[in-house]
Amino acid sequence: MNGAPGSSNSPPAERAGLAGPATNVAFTPEQLAEVRRLQGLYPDKRGALLPVLHMAQDAFGWISLEVEEYVAGFFALSPAHVHEVVTFYTLYFQQPKGRHVVAVCHNLSCYLAGSRDILAHVQRRLGVEVGETTDDGRVTLQSVECLCACEAAPMAQVDDRYELNLTPEKVDRILEGLR
Amino acid sequence: MAEIVLMRNFGRQDSHTLAGYRATGGYGGWEKARTMEPAAITEEVKKSNLRGLGGAGFPTGTKWSFIPKNHAGPVYLVVNADEGEPGTFKDRYLLERDPHALIEGMLITARAIRCALGFVYIRGEYVQPWRLFSAAVKEAYDAGLLGHGFDIVVHRGAGAYICGEETGLLSSLEGKKGWPKIKPPFPAIKGAFGQPTIVNNVETLACVPPIITRGAEWFAALGTKTQGGTRMYSVSGRVPKPGVYEASVAITLRSLIHDLAGGVSGSGRLKAVVPGGGSAAILTADEIDIPMDVDGLKNAGSMIGSAGVIVMDESVSIPEALMVLARFYAHESCGQCTPCRESTGWIYKQVHRIVEGHGRKDDLDTILDVAKRGGGTTICAFYDGAIGPYISYIEKFRSEFEALCRS
Ligand SMILES: Cc1cc2nc3c(=O)[nH]c(=O)nc-3n(C[C@H](O)[C@H](O)[C@H](O)COP(=O)(O)O)c2cc1C
Ligand code: SF4
Ligand code: FES
Repeated sequence: MNGAPGSSNSPPAERAGLAGPATNVAFTPEQLAEVRRLQGLYPDKRGALLPVLHMAQDAFGWISLEVEEYVAGFFALSPAHVHEVVTFYTLYFQQPKGRHVVAVCHNLSCYLAGSRDILAHVQRRLGVEVGETTDDGRVTLQSVECLCACEAAPMAQVDDRYELNLTPEKVDRILEGLR
Repeated sequence: MAEIVLMRNFGRQDSHTLAGYRATGGYGGWEKARTMEPAAITEEVKKSNLRGLGGAGFPTGTKWSFIPKNHAGPVYLVVNADEGEPGTFKDRYLLERDPHALIEGMLITARAIRCALGFVYIRGEYVQPWRLFSAAVKEAYDAGLLGHGFDIVVHRGAGAYICGEETGLLSSLEGKKGWPKIKPPFPAIKGAFGQPTIVNNVETLACVPPIITRGAEWFAALGTKTQGGTRMYSVSGRVPKPGVYEASVAITLRSLIHDLAGGVSGSGRLKAVVPGGGSAAILTADEIDIPMDVDGLKNAGSMIGSAGVIVMDESVSIPEALMVLARFYAHESCGQCTPCRESTGWIYKQVHRIVEGHGRKDDLDTILDVAKRGGGTTICAFYDGAIGPYISYIEKFRSEFEALCRS
């Protein structure tokens, strides 16, 4: 990929790390059809950028600069515009992430229910700091703002699931289940 | 006990299905509304005194009437399901347990504002609510409720509190970073994709079907003189029974805490309450005999916001609570406006320093001064939402902050 087709402000191909064909980054024909379907849902196809980035992250694991450039191509955007979007949101990973993501809520209701201790417990168990991934690539640990399940504080998001009313014992069981 | 309107179906196992919704009279409001003139629907909602339940409390029917009458192009309806206000979780319950109530509310609203396309913007972390709501949309298409003059696109956000602010949300829906925009123009004039757009909260739209079925007078009578209906209060923190409770907008904060949420846990003695989500000014234990409608909270110097109630007992450290919220604002400021970007970061550092025991008493006055200067100067209300806590926590609990200071 050499920037966005039809875009007047495509960056030069020699932009760091972006030169050459994107060998590993390509959607399947089914995924390409899904991109087109999503784009057709919005009055302006750019509306599909966030959903397509979600798709790309599911497909490629994280949003590398290469993925940004690939996605930009579908929207006739410069990769810089996609980068600006990717960096604005917390759910897009700009580095490889673990096979699982554990996101412990640290906002007020969870704090009042002991989220500090829960977070410290997870850190000890996994041997990583917030923002890090275990050496075996199994789990990435995050601490996040209110996930809006404060009635069941302290809580965490583990991949797609909300894990509620956490205790150290419950945390241990959950972590053991992550392979 | 006030009437249960919004949570009437929550006890049913099948409340999230079309069959379950229909079994309790669901889509009856839409059947009636489709025979009504659009202007008559808006008039009914105006008379009901329904006020937006997402945060700002703006009268819903009045908002709808701002759509330009002579507009030739499309008009959009955007549902704000980006629930992110600390202490709030009601929309999650509606999306999961009564998704068809929202779909029916959207159908009726779309007719009122002559709209053919609606978007539901669901926060990215809400994977399960997104799945359940999407399944309900599919059912509604299969049943022919959608696709004949009105379509719904379910859209997922990607993690950013500021996308709950309506113009930030619209930027994000358009595939951009979620930067709020200066108003005017308001979304009703120039919103999603440059077209007139109504942005309403999930719970607001869930109120619309019962208003049409049972009438504006009935709904208005559930509340106070200036706000109709019941609403869903999210109660968390130091209470024995945290959870979502439906009650009249006229219920007092005391009754909500003691009669519904079971009183105060921890030490058992109340110290303070956040009445309307993290961005509401804090109330002390002797400020809870107030009605929970928009005006009741305004008169008490706070705001009802999203009706997220966070209870703190005597053992809670108010400086620590402020530090946690200040970290949130520092993290979530979108960075466009200098007062917001700079103050949120700096105030978090200051409050953190005080909590760590390295602060000075005159830091408190500096924080208050900085906080107050920025008020009302920014593009969106995020910063005003941040200074509510900064100022009220420090002014009402100053001695607690001072006790942590060195000099
Ligand atoms: C910083 C900020 C965050 C907001 N977050 C939300 C939110 O998560 N959900 C919501 O419905 N409204 C939120 N609002 C209010 C919206 O801007 C808007 O007023 C609301 O969606 C309108 O719907 P309503 O009239 O039905 O309440 C927020 C406002 C601000 C300033
Ligand atoms: S007030 Fe804060 S959040 Fe709102 S637009 Fe300005 S910088 Fe962004
Ligand atoms: S504070 Fe943790 S879910 Fe709300």
